[in-house]
Amino acid sequence: MKELRLMKGNEAIAEAAIRCGADAYFGYPITPQSEVMEYLMAERPEQRTGMVVLQAESEVASINMIYGAAGCGKKAMTSSSSPGISLMQEGLSYIAGAELPCLVVNVVRGGPGLGTIQPSQADYFQATKGGGHGDYHLIVLAPASVQEMCDFVKDGFDLAFQYRNPVMILTDGAIGQMMEKVELFEQIPRSETQPEWACVGKPATRGRSIITSLELDPNRQEQFNLKLQKKYREIEAKEVRYEKIQCDDAEYLFVAYGTSSRICQKSVQLAREKGIKVGLFRPISLYPFPYEAIESLSKQVKGILSVEMSAGQMIEDIRLAVHDRIKVQHYGRFGGMMPVPSEILQQLETQIIGG
Amino acid sequence: MEENITLEDIIRPENLVFQKTKLFTEKPLSYCPGCGHGVIHRLVLEVLEEMGISEQTIGVAPVGCSVLAYEFMDIDMQQAAHGRAPAVATGIKRVFPEKFVFTYQGDGDLAAIGTAETIHACNRGENITIIFVNNGIYGMTGGQMAPTTLPGMRASTCPYGRDVKSMGHPLKITELIAQLPGTSFVTRQAVHTPGNVRKAKKAILKAFQNQKEKKGLSFVEVVSNCNSGWKVSPVQANKWMVENMFPFYPLGDIKDV
Ligand SMILES: Cc1ncc(C[n+]2csc(CCOP(=O)(O)OP(=O)(O)O)c2C)c(N)n1
Ligand code: SF4
Repeated sequence: MKELRLMKGNEAIAEAAIRCGADAYFGYPITPQSEVMEYLMAERPEQRTGMVVLQAESEVASINMIYGAAGCGKKAMTSSSSPGISLMQEGLSYIAGAELPCLVVNVVRGGPGLGTIQPSQADYFQATKGGGHGDYHLIVLAPASVQEMCDFVKDGFDLAFQYRNPVMILTDGAIGQMMEKVELFEQIPRSETQPEWACVGKPATRGRSIITSLELDPNRQEQFNLKLQKKYREIEAKEVRYEKIQCDDAEYLFVAYGTSSRICQKSVQLAREKGIKVGLFRPISLYPFPYEAIESLSKQVKGILSVEMSAGQMIEDIRLAVHDRIKVQHYGRFGGMMPVPSEILQQLETQIIGG
Repeated sequence: MEENITLEDIIRPENLVFQKTKLFTEKPLSYCPGCGHGVIHRLVLEVLEEMGISEQTIGVAPVGCSVLAYEFMDIDMQQAAHGRAPAVATGIKRVFPEKFVFTYQGDGDLAAIGTAETIHACNRGENITIIFVNNGIYGMTGGQMAPTTLPGMRASTCPYGRDVKSMGHPLKITELIAQLPGTSFVTRQAVHTPGNVRKAKKAILKAFQNQKEKKGLSFVEVVSNCNSGWKVSPVQANKWMVENMFPFYPLGDIKDV
């Protein structure tokens, strides 16, 4: 039986966490995502599934609690918004370096600094290029609906455990706060076993399980980095996700993810009413980025407008994909402002078609 | 008195007076000769062995000289970011409430960069054991001032001695966390004499027994030496510790409920 509910994006994250059999959530309040922990606390997940929910003293503490729980092979997650995610960067680097699976949700708000609590997409670089120190990547998924907020929690944990790598859901205050219909998946029981690498207490029958990112010998540290890079190449080969909307006959293309892609969908409609053949390409995985799919579309269309609620971050990846073959421009509102469909169309007409 | 005692006689099992705990790995300790870290490691491991709980124990190593504790202890361990061991231990204990979880931290780790994690883990009464090695200096990074460096004491970042007017006072974090209702056993020990070693071991044993009884957080400070950082010989270091550290950091139980 399908279970349909009207939910906020943040609530869908929380409900999906319980249903996918997560073992632990550690977090610290910050707008616009506090509903995640509020929903969890109200649901008494310790009674529903035995899931642990704890309000930490800071985002620094919560990401390190995640490290501890993930090091035990448990499904652990946190959520925060931009300033809190900045505080987690050292911890995320350790988690990537120790090859631990976990899920981190960033409900992005406008920055820099304390910025604004309104939605933004200005954390793209931080999310997709590493964020903390050292050569590492998070797997980054960008939902564009409350349904995907729910589904990507499950997918995110699956990817995290498959690759022993931290996964980030990069969303924003608009999707976090808006209410939509969601089809919830059925409760998945929490796992009763842990992976063999996990810290569970060392029996006499095996060697120690050690969770660490330390390797002082530079030769061995380089070998470890090569191993990580091999994993990232595999992720890049296998885990690219995107959606193409009205791209078949498109002469121009919007590239946008998350909230921007929702707005662009309307811009596509407005353009086509005027006889302009525009398509929308929506990257779903931001790391790995769909370079190849954009490259092949660049052979078909005359120009691309990258639409992002930032001063222009994703456009760098689009340009890398396009190799200067066609014109690629950026249009963005930022600092918490969101573009409207007509202004995006106007930008296409002036920057790409007319320009 | 036996006249012709041979080597074989000496190493006979019945003549054994001291044995390395099985929970030490074969890896030689990397600590400076005379450093307290090795003895404190041994006490923790002896307690785990004697309680028979090593298979249910997960340790957390800090950033500091004991960052490689997991190479010497034959148990499952996690290495935490600088100062975050109590948060990591919280994550472990919350998902494995029946396991024994401990952190092993230096003073920079526990009382400077990790102060918030320390205080809040204590305040929540996390049912874990914290072993706090206070040597009044940053050993690993080469002898810089620590939160516990004594007034007037020299370190590489206070080469003319700690001036409390501009550098702040040494932090008695152990007395501070003893005020919190979440802590059940708070004690300060030392390991520079056999008598102190015995007392410190008893304290560590109690700290782990408290986990079994779900009493809340047990905190064992060990005032220790750092002859390399203090730039003196091991013997002088212990003498200096007794004369200068102990008056400021008096040994004994601070709280036991
Ligand atoms: C975030 C961060 N800041 C600084 C350091 C450098 N660092 C490594 S160990 C250390 C001090 C350790 O001193 P203490 O905790 O007293 O332990 P000891 O070495 O004396 O045993 C510092 C500052 C680090 N590794 N990470
Ligand atoms: S530097 Fe100091 S604390 Fe570190 S091992 Fe040497 S004596 Fe011990």
